[in-house]
Amino acid sequence: MARIEVEVNGTHHELEGVEPRLLLVHFLRERLGLTGTHIGCDTSSCGACTVLLDGKSVKSCTMFALQADGRAITTIEGIGSSADLHPMQEAFWASHGLQCGYCTTGMIMSAIDLLGRNPNPSDGEIRAGLEGNLCRCTGYQNIVKAVRAAAAATAVESATRSEEPKRSGELVEVGGG
Amino acid sequence: MANALVGAPIRRREDPRLITGRATYVDDIKLVGMVHAIFIRSPYAHAKIVRVDLTKVKAHRGVIGAFSGADLQAAGWKASLPVAHKMPDLKAPPHYPLAADEVRFVGEAVAVIVAFDPYVARDAAELVEVEYDELPVAVDPEKAALPGAPLVHADLGTNVAYTMPFKAGDPDATFAAADVVVKQRIVNQRLAPVPIETRGVVAQWDAGAGRVTIHSSTQIPHLLRTQLSLVLGLPETKVRAIAPEVGGGFGAKLNVYAEEAVVAWLAMRLDRPIKWSETRSECFQAMIAGRDQIDECEVAAKRDGTIVGLRLRILANLGAYHQLLTPVVPTLTMLMAPGCYPIPNVDIEVKGVFTNTMSTDAYRGAGRPEATYLIERLVDLVAQKLDLDPAEVRRRNFIEPSAFPFTTATGLTYDTGDYATTMEKALQLADYSGLRARQEALRKEGRYLGIGLSTYVEVCGMGPSAAMPAAGWDSATVRVEPTGSVTVLTGISPHGQGEETTFAQLVADELGVPIENVEVVHGDTDKVQYGVGTFGSRGTAVGGSALKLAIETIQAKALKIAAHQWEANPDDLEYRAGKIQMRGDPSRSMTTAEAGFLAFMGDKLPPGLEPGLDATRRFEPPNFVYPFGTHVCVVEVDAETGQVKIERYVAVDDCGKVLNPMIVEGQIHGGIAQGMAQALYEEVVYDEYGQLRTGTLMDYAVPHAEQVPHFELERTVTETTVNPLGVKGVGEAGTIGSTPAVVNAVMDALAPFGVTHLDMPLRPEKLWKAMAPRSNGKVPA
Repeated sequence: MARIEVEVNGTHHELEGVEPRLLLVHFLRERLGLTGTHIGCDTSSCGACTVLLDGKSVKSCTMFALQADGRAITTIEGIGSSADLHPMQEAFWASHGLQCGYCTTGMIMSAIDLLGRNPNPSDGEIRAGLEGNLCRCTGYQNIVKAVRAAAAATAVESATRSEEPKRSGELVEVGGG
Repeated sequence: MANALVGAPIRRREDPRLITGRATYVDDIKLVGMVHAIFIRSPYAHAKIVRVDLTKVKAHRGVIGAFSGADLQAAGWKASLPVAHKMPDLKAPPHYPLAADEVRFVGEAVAVIVAFDPYVARDAAELVEVEYDELPVAVDPEKAALPGAPLVHADLGTNVAYTMPFKAGDPDATFAAADVVVKQRIVNQRLAPVPIETRGVVAQWDAGAGRVTIHSSTQIPHLLRTQLSLVLGLPETKVRAIAPEVGGGFGAKLNVYAEEAVVAWLAMRLDRPIKWSETRSECFQAMIAGRDQIDECEVAAKRDGTIVGLRLRILANLGAYHQLLTPVVPTLTMLMAPGCYPIPNVDIEVKGVFTNTMSTDAYRGAGRPEATYLIERLVDLVAQKLDLDPAEVRRRNFIEPSAFPFTTATGLTYDTGDYATTMEKALQLADYSGLRARQEALRKEGRYLGIGLSTYVEVCGMGPSAAMPAAGWDSATVRVEPTGSVTVLTGISPHGQGEETTFAQLVADELGVPIENVEVVHGDTDKVQYGVGTFGSRGTAVGGSALKLAIETIQAKALKIAAHQWEANPDDLEYRAGKIQMRGDPSRSMTTAEAGFLAFMGDKLPPGLEPGLDATRRFEPPNFVYPFGTHVCVVEVDAETGQVKIERYVAVDDCGKVLNPMIVEGQIHGGIAQGMAQALYEEVVYDEYGQLRTGTLMDYAVPHAEQVPHFELERTVTETTVNPLGVKGVGEAGTIGSTPAVVNAVMDALAPFGVTHLDMPLRPEKLWKAMAPRSNGKVPA
């Protein structure tokens, strides 16, 4: 059993008794109660479990929790709330980029990472950039539309409010144990 | 009705909880004292179980219990899992939730372990000792149907579960006298539904009340409650079923599964909340599969392309056991085989065969995609044989708009339709004649453009109870609360289809309440009156129609309440724009909320009128509904690599009246993606030993965003007369329409190579081989 320190959605957590084999996704879901990160497969194929590790998307089913020691994790719960949606969440809503919602949280995290790397992607680049995430409901068309809309909204926002600090996950989660 | 919201692309009210990760799917449920179950599954397709030894498992630290199939039987388990059907001669072997004597497919559960922690449960699973004695397997359904084949169920003496013949007109004479007869064997390969959320169950036993609550990722909470009460031997009132947020179903969660029954039983037996979360690998093995038919087809036509006869031998691979609707699904292929065409002479036989594979059952379209695929392929083959344009052959064959309601040779009555209009619109949108000219020009350059058409009609809005294996109606309660908010309890169980939004739109318009004040509740048998559920594109057509009836009952009572206030005759009042008014006198009006408050107060009601303003209604559909449309797919196939590139995809669909166009388009997008995935990518493969070769998402090709094209959608609106909303269904239409459009496009591209038919999935290797003999230096034109 090991001890890890992680920052999750801006909250510092120190946890004892972490099994070395515990997957990051189970750590987030079972230890911290952050169930917005979903599990859809056992081969790192579907992307439902995507979170940001130090700002870059990773599949949390493919990492041990211990590998996240000393790192900062952002989950879907950390990017916005229904009262204060992240532009990507807003875009998925407005564009009907989801149906059953199960892949959506991972898809949103991947899309945020995508725009971080390429703020103005073409439709083809969006489709290629989301290759690690499967959706069975939407046929992807409205997901592509949502990411395009979020890119446009983010461009407008950064043009008009370039002085404001960049948004980060400030939602406070109670530390689990 | 006001119609301010109905017909508008209102954003979904479901979404805020989903996009923020605050929704609660089964795996997100955590109950105090909850422990975890894991199933031990057979690695063999067919074997006797000689011995199951759980001694080491039970001794493992953290294990609470472990049970084999024999343990369940010893504990008194007698009931078989249900199959719903009305077939007199169906062979229905027993289907116990844990195999005790014999396993019949890879993945069949033989034991279950419960531990404090899911990781510990997995450790303990390694300690299970099962001794099997392998038996001969029947995997290929054609071989399985032959005399002398290894038997899946030895007691039955055959693998044929049923044979259903059907004849109408004079098919023999028609075929004997036909100008042309086209024959084709068409394989409709097995598919895995792959909802991104696998199955999952959390069951809780209340020992004090003697009552079990089961949370399951299901499309049918009430039917699940009924069936579980029967298999568990409990009064139905002692079972509560809850469908929490459900992460996709596609028909695969329209079932009663072994794991649901066993987890509920474990909760009772161990008196602890039990959770089971299916892994994706388990899901490939033990969730129902779709399609899996071999269709021997013959079509008779006149020289002008008029189709006069259809002969089909449908061989359906049922898998090892009947799940809920296993035997029924292939019969829908028979019913819908004539498609959009008035073919008077038909000779069809459906044969359902057991094999040592997981059961097939309803998967998006359920029997109708198979029908549309074969008839739309056959129409193209007729066109090719007669050197006619495939659009022209369809034009010459369509059922005329004036012929509706139209009764088919297979005995269905199509409600309304105008097939030619959707086709002409789609052809225009795609610039069909321009495409044909371009195809001609490109062929001269050694480039192979293909243009594929599919004109489909499908049967949905399931359905009239008399024509269903079980109840086909659905229900709704509308409750006007004392302060004017409105609660809707719907009997359907949406899981992505958005009825929390569309039903609220309808209520807000009809009762004149702000949409924010309408709450739509579903998926809990303790909260909602009995309902049948969400499947067969029935949610709005049947559940929405029940809601419409409940609204009408509310309105009629509200008029009486207002009339009493105004000392008027209720007949002189009406609902206009969501308000109660004197006919012709808009100055006197009352809101539904005001009427609801009076109904609550109870002191100013007309004599004899009960207090309260609520109503529960059920809608029994007098017929199915029949949405239709035309899909046009344009592909280019690279002769050097066999790669298919979808250049354009145009769809003109008609699902009757539309409550929310944004949601309808989303349903069509997703449907097309699943149908085209069958055409190009997906296939469940069992090897000759019955081993599953496509057991993970690395082996089974669910398409990624890059493998799906942009869809160009248009609509026509032909309302149905079957229900009070005029709506048809849209959940399955895209899937049904798209598969033949894509395959027809690829076959059209390969026409210069003399290729007339290839079976799906049309992967590059298969196409490259088909094109290779003539692509070597010589360019066919």
